[in-house]
Amino acid sequence: MTTASALEMVLAAVVLGLAVWTIAARDTFAAVAGFIAYGLLLALVWVRLAAVDVALTEAAISGGLGGVLLLGAAARLRSSETLASAERPGGVLRLEVALLSAAVAAAIAAAVLFLPDPVPTLAPAAAANAGATSLGNPVTNVLMAFRAMDTLLEKVVLLLALVGVWSLAPDRFWGGRPGLLHYADPQGVLAFLARLLPPVGIVFGIYILWVSADHPGGAFQGGTVLAAMWLLAMMAGLADAPPVSRRWLRLLLIAGPVVFLIVGLAGLWLWDAFLAYPAGHAKPLILAIEFAMVLTIAVTLGLLLAGAPERSAEP
Amino acid sequence: MSVALDIVTITAVSAGAFFFLAGTVGLLRFPDALTRLHALTKADNLGLGLVVLGLLPRADSLRDGLKLICIWLLVLLAGATVSQLIARVALASEAGAPGTRQRPDSPAPTARHDGPQPP
Repeated sequence: MTTASALEMVLAAVVLGLAVWTIAARDTFAAVAGFIAYGLLLALVWVRLAAVDVALTEAAISGGLGGVLLLGAAARLRSSETLASAERPGGVLRLEVALLSAAVAAAIAAAVLFLPDPVPTLAPAAAANAGATSLGNPVTNVLMAFRAMDTLLEKVVLLLALVGVWSLAPDRFWGGRPGLLHYADPQGVLAFLARLLPPVGIVFGIYILWVSADHPGGAFQGGTVLAAMWLLAMMAGLADAPPVSRRWLRLLLIAGPVVFLIVGLAGLWLWDAFLAYPAGHAKPLILAIEFAMVLTIAVTLGLLLAGAPERSAEP
Repeated sequence: MSVALDIVTITAVSAGAFFFLAGTVGLLRFPDALTRLHALTKADNLGLGLVVLGLLPRADSLRDGLKLICIWLLVLLAGATVSQLIARVALASEAGAPGTRQRPDSPAPTARHDGPQPP
């Protein structure tokens, strides 16, 4: 057994153990902490599987912004937590849930164990057509060219999620500022970090987007870093969340999907297929879409975490 | 030359692993939040610093080496900030004030992140 495979087995065991612990933890905050660590370890698993693009997304979403979202939810649930844990569901319900969970686990296990041999894959086709876009990263090729439709719909889903969050706003605060007002000592540690880190983070977020043409990275990972910088400034009280009725905010929210759709419809009109790119010009078009996307993703994720409008537009 | 670099790598990474181990033991064994934070910063700052130092001779290019040093500096910044914030919340909750509370003088509920309210 080599050192690498020993490391992988330890990693797999720790991930499984942490998953069980996260489900078994009774305290909401402890379960969220376990889930964040689980996401970071899962990112290491993706690195071991040579899927660095997925690892970056896993670390950014599941370990980063998803963790913050769950921590916020845990903080909101704290007042009702003793009440909720005092309630125990009936035996029949628990048996049904256990059966359903076991059935889902068995179905997934069967799907993995009884895969046909050789496993059906489109990887050779994707690799054979890699030259069509002059991008060096095969994942970006798939996301932005071969399966661009999926990526477009994925961004629309993000917007739908934001509509869901905003629909929780009380009527009198509709159009107001999302979330609680954050107050932190302007001379404090958090404000210091929120002044020092964003210049680095903004450069890094754009860098992740820029290198995604030829190396692991992408609009989603870069947008997550940008959103994190924005949230840091909001939490430190240096920048208040904008009212959700602002025109510029709405325009940024739809910029990515709109540019994507315009390019897609132009393809239908000029080159005979929806989302077709003209030969030789694929790369600048893809970069234009990705730059619009990274803005939309950063603003959408930031507002998703900021929450439903809870204050009037006046500060 | 390469033997000397190997020795640097092995020594520094082993020392880094030792600090991570010691920091983890401290995190599990120390009695209160402040001492546990102290143990944790030893792992983050010294342990990761030594691991990065040991990996520098392995870097393919100057750029890769600078990236490694950047990672260490960012972890230093994040670790120092987070341990300050946790320590403040720990001190405040020891004094009987919760870390997050509503400001009595403000119309909107307020999330606080920076320890006790200035009077």
